[in-house]
Amino acid sequence: MDFAFSEEQQMLRDAVASRAGDRLPEGKVAELATSDAGWDPGSLAEMAELGWVTLSWPEEAGGSGMGFLEETVVIEELGKALYPGPYLSSVALAAPALRRSPELLGRIAAGEGATLAWAEPEGPWTFEDLESVGTKAAQNGGGWTLTGVKDLVPDLGACSFAVVVARSPEGLGLWAVDVAGAGVEASVLPTVDATRRLGRLTLTDAPAQLVVAPDAAGDVLRGVRLRTLAALAIEAVGVASTAVDLARSYVSERKQFEKPIGAYQAVSHQVTDSYMAVELARSLAYWAAWCVDQHDPQAPVAVAAAKASAGEAAVFACERAIQVHGGIGFTWEHVLHRYYKRAQWIATFEGAGSHHREIVAQRLLDA
Amino acid sequence: MWCQGFSEPGSGSDLASLRTRAERDGDDFVVNGQKVWSSFAHIAQHCILMVRTDASAPKHQGITYLLADMDAPGVEVRPLRPITGDPEFNEIFFSDVRVPAANVLGEVNGGWGVAMTTLMHERGTLGFALTARLEVAVKNLVALAKETRTNGRLASDDPVFRDRIARQWIELQELRFTNYRALTGLVKTGVPGPEGSIAKLHWSESNQRLTKLALEILGPRAPMEGAEGPWNGYWQYQQLRSRGNTIEAGTSEVLRNIISERVLGLPRSR
Repeated sequence: MDFAFSEEQQMLRDAVASRAGDRLPEGKVAELATSDAGWDPGSLAEMAELGWVTLSWPEEAGGSGMGFLEETVVIEELGKALYPGPYLSSVALAAPALRRSPELLGRIAAGEGATLAWAEPEGPWTFEDLESVGTKAAQNGGGWTLTGVKDLVPDLGACSFAVVVARSPEGLGLWAVDVAGAGVEASVLPTVDATRRLGRLTLTDAPAQLVVAPDAAGDVLRGVRLRTLAALAIEAVGVASTAVDLARSYVSERKQFEKPIGAYQAVSHQVTDSYMAVELARSLAYWAAWCVDQHDPQAPVAVAAAKASAGEAAVFACERAIQVHGGIGFTWEHVLHRYYKRAQWIATFEGAGSHHREIVAQRLLDA
Repeated sequence: MWCQGFSEPGSGSDLASLRTRAERDGDDFVVNGQKVWSSFAHIAQHCILMVRTDASAPKHQGITYLLADMDAPGVEVRPLRPITGDPEFNEIFFSDVRVPAANVLGEVNGGWGVAMTTLMHERGTLGFALTARLEVAVKNLVALAKETRTNGRLASDDPVFRDRIARQWIELQELRFTNYRALTGLVKTGVPGPEGSIAKLHWSESNQRLTKLALEILGPRAPMEGAEGPWNGYWQYQQLRSRGNTIEAGTSEVLRNIISERVLGLPRSR
């Protein structure tokens, strides 16, 4: 495997970084995070117009025929900027389940947000427990209706439709419902990370469109999970590298006892440790993304390792950054806490590090 | 066979403060002083030796790199036992040892640059060797966990040990793929990328955690060594030896300074 980014990928990275810098100047993330919507609803359509939403889709589906790696380049840069909006949800959680639903893919390509509703209030909370899904799908004339409650739905408030994991008599399948549709009650839950709010979807005989039948749903969900965990690992690396950059510039400028505090090893070594943690996690995240892109048999263990490592590295880097910022890093005004909250969101999605390490342990010890 | 004469009792991390002196006398340099932590000195024929040739110059500018003959009169080698008890290192004493001036590597008083090249080479190519060593250690750890009963079950079935063994495996992959990234940078640009600087630091700390975890898995049998010990004392040796990992070839503190100053561009600490 080659870790070098192609010239094309580097140009994409620069373009995303530059656009994110324009659209999210200092203070903008805080403004959006404290707004009712929680994001700029025009932003996804803007990215769709630039072709960033459809990078990995085949050309016949209106995409650019590139791969998952290009998507992760966008995700890493959006993570650095702490972009609030359903890019990751739409491209990693929803779109891979819609390969046979061109009309729904077309809505994402036009800039509508989409997400995946898989968890429920009494579980499942990890993909391994999906068998406990209680939401029911029933055939109703020529169509389907869904009844049940889906919980912890990422970005629900910013999405116009959701792919729902539900149970039909034939087994688990995937259906799409419009968030504003009949029989659907969508609420945004108070979420520590206000830039990526979780929602609850209460479905009462809600008309739904079958997108993946039970015979194929297992494979599709496994693919969605791999893609999402690898994407989140990459996003965590983006979040963490901004935390390291903020710490690096602050300790170089801030003076106490007549010296920049970065001259004190008790301070500089904390920044060094964050940098190390981030670079080590970056190596795993790139490896995981490569495995997913190439359908490598190591993909399940690679994404588990990367998600555990990168999620925890991002939390660690933010905590070190808050510490070396001193009092200012502990204030609501400073942007650091928003990065910290995103890092924690990522670190616990689909289970904390210990959950994903157990997947590694099974590979290592139970074979 | 060659050995290295760099560190001295008074000059470890601050290598440029070294005091072993060499004075010009005709066609020779006459060397007096003491070197320490030298591997293989008891069997080596030659020594790459750093000496002070100008005591009045700034410390980095008065050092010369000599190639010395270990069989020359006045060279005395004494074994230095580390905490494992196994002789592995030596002290070398130089008393009026004559080294031909033709054996200067580089320029007289230009030895610091040569030494830095040696050390960069040592650190730059170290990553893959370290990955291979850690891979063996992880493999052994897995084997140990699968055969050792603890808390009424195999260690490999104990959730606490499972989590920590998985961590060690993940840390190994971090090292492996960070080296690949460093290599990619090297191939593309001709200079090692910043990723390489963290390999030794990460390996040493990971190996220390791993070997302590092995002793924890052994539990009450961990204090036994040699023929009485599990695995014939392998883990006891590995664990004690690992304490040197964060000291040899650059202490973790010095490596962190290097990363913070040269990679992150933070203010100098001294």
